[in-house]
Amino acid sequence: MDLSAISPALLVAALMAGATPLLFAALGELVVERAGVLNLGVEGMMILGAICGFAAAVGTGSPAAGFAAAALGGAALALVFAVLTQGLLSNQVATGLALTLFGLGLSALVGQGYVGIKPPSTPRLDLGPLSDLPFLGRAIFSHDAIVYLGLAATLAVWAVLNRTRFGLSLRAVGENHDAAHALGLKVVAIRVGAILFGGAMAGIGGGYLSLVRVPQWTEGMTAGAGWIALAIVVFASWRAGRVLMGAYLFGGVSVLQLNLQAAGAAVPVEILSMSPYLATILVLAVMSARRKRGTAAPASLGRSFRAPG
Amino acid sequence: MTERREDDRVAAPLLQIEGVTKAYPGVVANDGVDLSVRPGEIHALLGENGAGKSTLVKMIFGLVAPDSGTMRIDGARHAPASPQAARAAGIGMVFQHFSLFEALDVAENVALGMSDPPPRRALARRIAEVSRAYGLPLDPGRIVGDLSAGERQRIEIVRALLGRPRLLIMDEPTSVLTPREVEILFATLRQLRAEGVAILYISHKLEEIRALCDRATILRGGRVVATSTPALDSAARLAELMVGHRLEAPARAGTAQEAVALELDRLSLPPAHAFGTALHDISLTLHRGEVLGIGGVAGNGQDELLAALSGERLAPRGSVTLDGADVSRRGPAARRRLGLSVAPEERLGHAAAPDMSLTENALVTAAAGQRLTRWGFVDWRATRAFAARVIERFDVRTRGPGTAAGALSGGNLQKYVIGREIAQAPRVLAVNQPTWGVDAAAAARIRQSLLDLAAEGAGVIVISQDLDELMELSDRFAALNGGRLSPFRPAPGLSMEEIGLMLGGADEREAARAS
Repeated sequence: MDLSAISPALLVAALMAGATPLLFAALGELVVERAGVLNLGVEGMMILGAICGFAAAVGTGSPAAGFAAAALGGAALALVFAVLTQGLLSNQVATGLALTLFGLGLSALVGQGYVGIKPPSTPRLDLGPLSDLPFLGRAIFSHDAIVYLGLAATLAVWAVLNRTRFGLSLRAVGENHDAAHALGLKVVAIRVGAILFGGAMAGIGGGYLSLVRVPQWTEGMTAGAGWIALAIVVFASWRAGRVLMGAYLFGGVSVLQLNLQAAGAAVPVEILSMSPYLATILVLAVMSARRKRGTAAPASLGRSFRAPG
Repeated sequence: MTERREDDRVAAPLLQIEGVTKAYPGVVANDGVDLSVRPGEIHALLGENGAGKSTLVKMIFGLVAPDSGTMRIDGARHAPASPQAARAAGIGMVFQHFSLFEALDVAENVALGMSDPPPRRALARRIAEVSRAYGLPLDPGRIVGDLSAGERQRIEIVRALLGRPRLLIMDEPTSVLTPREVEILFATLRQLRAEGVAILYISHKLEEIRALCDRATILRGGRVVATSTPALDSAARLAELMVGHRLEAPARAGTAQEAVALELDRLSLPPAHAFGTALHDISLTLHRGEVLGIGGVAGNGQDELLAALSGERLAPRGSVTLDGADVSRRGPAARRRLGLSVAPEERLGHAAAPDMSLTENALVTAAAGQRLTRWGFVDWRATRAFAARVIERFDVRTRGPGTAAGALSGGNLQKYVIGREIAQAPRVLAVNQPTWGVDAAAAARIRQSLLDLAAEGAGVIVISQDLDELMELSDRFAALNGGRLSPFRPAPGLSMEEIGLMLGGADEREAARAS
């Protein structure tokens, strides 16, 4: 085994890029769940975002248009979920699962003509002298804008949820929708908004996979990333900072185990492939086991709301 | 005194409601209701559950739109489209079922109820100001889930007061408060009245209304049946107006026998969860035909004691003896088979499954005792018949045994869950808060059925925070304080001062916690 082939700077760089799809999807789902809605369709929204973004980027030649289309695609699928669960009061778990299956099928259909094509490459963000720093320059300051957007989104989600009136209303709706309604908050409108945001974020996460990470279109290319995002939200106790940590931890161990595989480590490949899942769940479970009251699941999570009277 | 003050203000009602009607499919909740509330008066809205009180105030607060009729505030048309609009018109509301968010802190909860909350630090300062001015101590940083019922209500009141309301609506505010907390609340309300705030006070507790309110409007079946000056009318007269017929006080017959039905011997249990209360050395002897009353402020071990009785929590060997047999290590089903039944406080989710029908809910506790299953298969016909018997015997108002438990009003469901246990003729029945949030007629019915059960020779344990209820029912009375039970004393002849002393420890602790 030759560990010297693993470059720490490249490892960190790969970690940040690898974690970005998860980070977007998990942040979106975090907001959805804080509003009291359980959308299990993250996987479906991600992959629809992946193909919409891919198609738009190939069609226009602009990665930015691709990401916009990815967000729209994810949000469009989320709108279906919103209409069904908030308007028609369908069961959220079943609807979310159906959404995933539908998204996988629809994306395969849309993506038939795009197999084997290379998308326009997403440029790195020019950070001037920062990118020239030794180690840090290559590890942290040599990414495309989406990676930094993910970090900014984490901060923004945290700030909006914890520091603004709107975030307070959203959390209130997720805690006790009956009380929120009695106080005059628009429960359904807030939830629909959160669902659409979650869809757009999942779509961007998917778009990052097809436009930057891979970068090409393959059927089923999200390969369970949406489910990992869902798990990260739960194990992160519905907190934005921990979602970032969970996503980076998962991304980091994934990258590390790939490098170890390449270096020919004397550990069975199956165990290495398992390691990101195990490590993420273990760390976040230990953290959430110590949580205090008030950071647990939103009390109205997954419950349908029908306005009385 | 009251009369003269009224005369001074007859000219200018703050809230004037004329001919308001609101119908839901199958029921007319309000039928041509007239109501006027003047500045600086506490106006009682009195009526049974389902009389239309809640619908009426929801219309005033903009949660429901009336079908017809007019509402005016200071002579101007009042048709709020939302609670925000109602708050802007100077109306504040304190809800019966707290509209609070347990996982959020006090300041966040207050901010949610305001149309335009100031930044957090300024808000915390204003909360402190208001709570000082009205004697309602509150810490803005506390998480609501950790607070007592009285403290939670303070949040609601402070939230409403921060909007500087001219009309404050209080929906059954005292149903979860201890006597001491009720006194504090009344002092606050009188202070607000003196400042010229109009208060619409919804309740069915007649003595409270007589002590507090200047005028009363009485609703029955969605119509106004009378207006009255409560201080001048007797409680019996008000009850008659409210219910529509004369209410009989439960007939008590001392039926206690020598034979012991249930014995607790130095029962101690650690708390079940971080916010629970430990039980310490609880001993009691319940005779057949006897009613034991256990009073005390909520959170002093009532739930834990009931769980130890029902078998939801197993007790140390030898500590619970039923008819001479040690049942300490037996679970709920085994105890029920032996004749020990329990009706817990929480009707929905503990005593009954809200989304299941009354028939299904009957099956849950009566399957073994009433032989409702054969070879593991449910005998639905017998189950339905049993549920229908309970419904008929205990006057549960519902369409039939197929109705979901959650669709019943609190009083009717309580009649059903207690009736379900009584219909199985238990040897011992323990109930917690049997008439919590239940209207007067249903409460009288429930109390009478408990006394009837005792008269038939069963032992009954009533755990309650309603002292009047305990005095009415009990042969002997004890208080639960921090998980310890005071010695039992004969209830007849026990004065309120003596009871206060028995409860004393709990009240002092409550006060210490509050300040």
